[in-house]
Formats: sequence, C-alpha cells, structure tokens
Amino acid sequence: MIPVHEPESCALLLAEFATAGDVLHAAEGVRDAGYVHWDTHTPFPIHGMDRAMGLKDSRLGWIVIVCALMGMSGAFIMMHWMNGVDYPTIVGDKPPGAPYAIPSMVPIMFELTILLSAFGAVFGMLFLNGLPRHHHPIFESDRFQVASDDRFFISIEARDPTFNPEETRVLMERMNAVRVEFVRESAT
Amino acid sequence: MAYWEPITAIDEGHFIQPGTTLGDITDDIASVTENPAPRGWWICFSIALSLVGVFVVCVCYLFWRGVGVWGNSSPVYWAWDITNFVWWVGIGHAGTLISAILFIFRQRWRTAINRFAEAMTIFAVICALIFPGIHVGRPWLLFYVFPLPNQMSIWPNFKSPLLWDVFAVGTYFTVSLLFWYTGLIPDFATLRDRSRTLWRRRIYGFFALGWRGSNRHWRNYERAYLILAAISTPLVLSVHSVVSMDFATSVIPGWHTTIFPPYFVAGAVFSGFAMVETVFLIARSVFKLQRVVLMRHLDMMNKFLLLTSLLVGYAYAMEFFIAWYSGNEYEIAHFFRNRPTGPYYWAWMWMMGCNVLVPQVYWFKKARTNIPLMFVVSIFINIGMWFERFVIIVSSLNRDFLPSSWGYFRPTIIDVGTFLGTIGIFFTGFLLFMRWLPMVAMAEVKGTLPEADAHWPGSGHRPTDAATDHDKLSREHGE
Repeated sequence: MIPVHEPESCALLLAEFATAGDVLHAAEGVRDAGYVHWDTHTPFPIHGMDRAMGLKDSRLGWIVIVCALMGMSGAFIMMHWMNGVDYPTIVGDKPPGAPYAIPSMVPIMFELTILLSAFGAVFGMLFLNGLPRHHHPIFESDRFQVASDDRFFISIEARDPTFNPEETRVLMERMNAVRVEFVRESAT
Repeated sequence: MAYWEPITAIDEGHFIQPGTTLGDITDDIASVTENPAPRGWWICFSIALSLVGVFVVCVCYLFWRGVGVWGNSSPVYWAWDITNFVWWVGIGHAGTLISAILFIFRQRWRTAINRFAEAMTIFAVICALIFPGIHVGRPWLLFYVFPLPNQMSIWPNFKSPLLWDVFAVGTYFTVSLLFWYTGLIPDFATLRDRSRTLWRRRIYGFFALGWRGSNRHWRNYERAYLILAAISTPLVLSVHSVVSMDFATSVIPGWHTTIFPPYFVAGAVFSGFAMVETVFLIARSVFKLQRVVLMRHLDMMNKFLLLTSLLVGYAYAMEFFIAWYSGNEYEIAHFFRNRPTGPYYWAWMWMMGCNVLVPQVYWFKKARTNIPLMFVVSIFINIGMWFERFVIIVSSLNRDFLPSSWGYFRPTIIDVGTFLGTIGIFFTGFLLFMRWLPMVAMAEVKGTLPEADAHWPGSGHRPTDAATDHDKLSREHGE
C-alpha cells in the first residue's frame, strides 16, 4: 500500500485489478456509489463495460452522418458548378450539368461521401475523446504501464464530489482491487 | 454456450492456443519490434532495397527520355503500366476485405491477420498509384486531374471514368490509411508503455496520441472502427468497379462488357488473398509467429482462395458465353479466336492455368495444410492474376479496328525493371512495417481470448444470480 501523504493534493486514485471480471464488477460498484468523474482503463474493450459504467451510446454517428451528407452534396455542387455552370462541358451531345449529368456524377459523389465519413469517424472520435493528449496525471503512476498490457484499472478523479480518499480506497479494496495508489499531478 | 468456446459441431477450433495469456500476446508481438532483426529479415530487406534502386534508375531514365522507353506503341497505348496498376490495386483489396468485411461478419479469426493485410493494402495502393502517375508522360502536369484552378481556366471532365478512378483510388488510399492508423493507436500505446529508451517512448508515444485505454474512449473508438468498417465495405467494392469502368465504358471488343465490375472485384479479392498468403508465410517463418498464426488461419485463407478462384472461373466462362450469345461476330472472334489462339495465347494459358486450374488442389485438406505447396500456389495465383490483366489490356488493344495497325507488343527492359522495382517498394515498406510496428493487432487479439470475457469462469468474477440458478438447474437435471 502506498502511504497517503497529502490526499488533498492528489489528482486521482488508481486501483488495479487482476481480471476483466473483477474490473467489470468493480465498475458496477463505483457506478452505484454515485461517482461521476471516473474511468476504467483496460488493454482491450471489455464487453458489457459501457453498461457497467452507466455510459450512454457514443454520439459519433451523428458527426459522421453530417460529414457524409457534406461529402455527397459537396461533390454534387462541385461537379455541377465546374462542368455545368462555370465552364459548361458538353460530352456526348448531352446538356451539361444536372440533371442530365447526374448518372455520371454518382461515382464521385459516392467516393467523397465515403472520404468525408472516414474523416468524420476518425477525427470525430479523437475530438470526442479529447485526444491527442500526451500529458495526463495518470501517466505519473509507474504501475499504469501495464494497463496496455494485461492489467485492468479504475481511476477516480479527486475533483469528483463523492471522492473521499479514505472511503474511496476502502470501496476499491472491497471490490477486489489488488493495489490502490494515489497519483499526484506532476510538478512540471 | 459461451461464445469463446469453439462450436465443435461445425469443426471449429481454437484460434489462439488454450492457455495463452494476455501478457503472452503482448510479449510475442511487441518483442519483434524490440529485439534485433533476425538474419532472414536482413536478407529480405537487402533484396527489396536493391529492387527499389532498380526502380529509381528506371524511372529516372523514363523521365529523362519519355514514355517511349517502354514497349507501348500505337495501338497498344496501355500495356505493362496499366496492367501493373490494376494488379496492385487488386492486391490491396484483400486487406480491406479482411479488415472490414470480415469484421462486420464477426469473423474473429481475422484478428491474427488483419493488421498485416491492412499494411499490405497501404503499400500495394502506393505501388498502384505510381503507375498512372508515371504513365501520363508529363508527370509535372499531374495536378490537372484534380479540380484545381489552373492557368487554362478549365475544369476536369467529370464524365470521364479516368477521373472517377482518381477519386476512387485516392479515397481508397486515404480511408485505408485512416483505418490502419486507428487500429494501431492502442498498440502504439502498448509499445510506448514497454519502451526502455527515451526515443522509443517519445516516438511511439507521439503516435499513440496519449491513449490510456479509457473505456470512455473505447466506446467512441469501437464505434469509429465499426463505422470505418461499414463504409470501407462498399468502398472496396466500388474501387475495383470504377477501375473496371476505365475499360468497360470504352468500345474495344474485350473491354466493352457489363460483367466487368463484379468480375474485377472477384479477381481483386482472389489476387489479394494470394498475396496476403505469400507475405504471411514469409513473415511467419522469419519471425516465428506460429503461436499466433495457426494452420487454421492458413486453411481458412485457402478455402477463400478456392471460392474466389471459382468466382473468377465463372466470370471467364461467362465472357465466352455472352460473346457467343450476343451473336456479334467481332465479339465472337475476339473471345474465341484472338484470346485463346491469337498472338497472346500463351498469356491466356497462364491466366487460365494459374487462376482456374491450380487452385483446385484446395479441394483437398492435405493441400490446404501443406505450407510449401501453398506458398507455390500463392505465387502461381499472383502470376496468373497479373496475366489476367495483361490479357484483358494487351490482347484487346493489339487487335485494333484497323488491321493495318496490328502488331505485337513487346516489353522493354525498362518495363520489366519498373515492375520489379515496385515489388521492391512493396516489400521494403512491408519489411519496415514488420520490423517497427506491431504486425498483429494486439488489442484485438486480446479481446478474443477467453480471459477477456468478464464472465469467464477463471476470471474470479462472482457468478451472478442468474448463472447460479442456471448451474443449480443443470445440476439438478444432471442428477
């Protein structure tokens, strides 16, 4: 057990668990105790964790659908304006631009829909996650390295209204935590 | 029945050997990037890098003298360059198929090979994009294909299938790269956390974007991955369809057929799987990955090769049938006379032999589980699929509408050198990837282990009330 020097200055409490089952069970306990600013850290996504943490569905799909529609309409406007308005291009003796040229616009409208959706999915995911964020108090823990290997963690932030160094630590230990540690913000 | 248990009734088995722990996976995969490269890697890398040198020489000469250094001449304006382009794009398709389509179908065996296959897509598409780029003759004017304001104040013609191709292949490359990188983020974090030196930690840490395995992040991450898989699936089907429209929208006998889009997609997946297997077998023996890449995976891929070979064979048969059924004597002459007995009959024989006959050995389980044999077969399929594109392009173009312009296309040494050079670029990129990046998706493989399941009995999780009742019931029934 790491001695608790000044719990007031600590940024978060970090509890380590040995198995996926334990961390899932503990997450249910933390959720039921009413904590808000907390998280679990696992080497892979654990099935059922969203429910155990009481998380709502990801909002990413809304970002992607907006990007998809922008890609499709943007491609249409671009082709219609370039080949139909700004410099009308007659191919095969057909009137330039929409609506006659719509069939030939389908491939590029499709491709740009996909392209912008992919940007929306990846950059939207990073935006919702607040990444990139290379500095975080949790990295001050020497033990946290194994969170990307084979161990499971729960972190509870000190700013959480329910947080109490002693009670939270007891809660974690009751939930089968193999190790509990208080992590402080780095001096730099 | 728990989902991690294989369904023995349909001959399923474990894809990760029972008893493998989460830590074993990390060690097996991450240590490849941490230990010195094995001798086999250096041998392969020096060969590949030499071929890159050949490529550089050939392309410098090409830019100095112009496209006349190739064998292309009227009416065969498209020859090895476009053959290589279509071949390389097709190879990329298996990567997306494995990473996206098999993901959507919840084929969990894909986790051992998807990172590989995605890397293959990236490098294959890079090789593919080189060819149209150097074929245009004046590569410094390549920006004309993009809708950019230019000094002639005209815009690209969006009714041209060649322009659709620019958008299709460009989108394909970008989306594949994003998909690959997204999958790599958690694994970059693993490499960062295992780093012993400052620079390793900084470089991997930079690309890991500060990933901390947070479940609030995994929630959005998994959704992003699912969306990428869902949009890549129609994308991969569209890319080779658009490539085939470069041909199908023309009026050349042999090109002007409506079967081309599905036919090209089937061929792309076929050749891509063959290339995945070739590369995979090399990597497995060089880096000793037998614990992660099992014979079952190879068996599975060989079944896929057999299936796609039958699809390709069906397309070949259908080309004959439709030519005959059309009653058009030029179509009939092209398919029945020009291709099998014309000047390029030998290419046609290679195509048929390698793509239709050779894969038939995979009806037998002995052949599907024989590693030297499958290496040879995968090479034959790669060759056969190259010849398929050669037959389509050159044997169709070389019998022009004017018999006076009929000739015989012969490649030059620069053609050969450029093609071999792109093989060098592909393998150089691939070998660097294997050396410095986790070549198996660690986080995904871990998620398929029994101990990843929160209700796995060994996890020490207290059985829920429902499970206890169920156990009690079954015990009562058993007694």
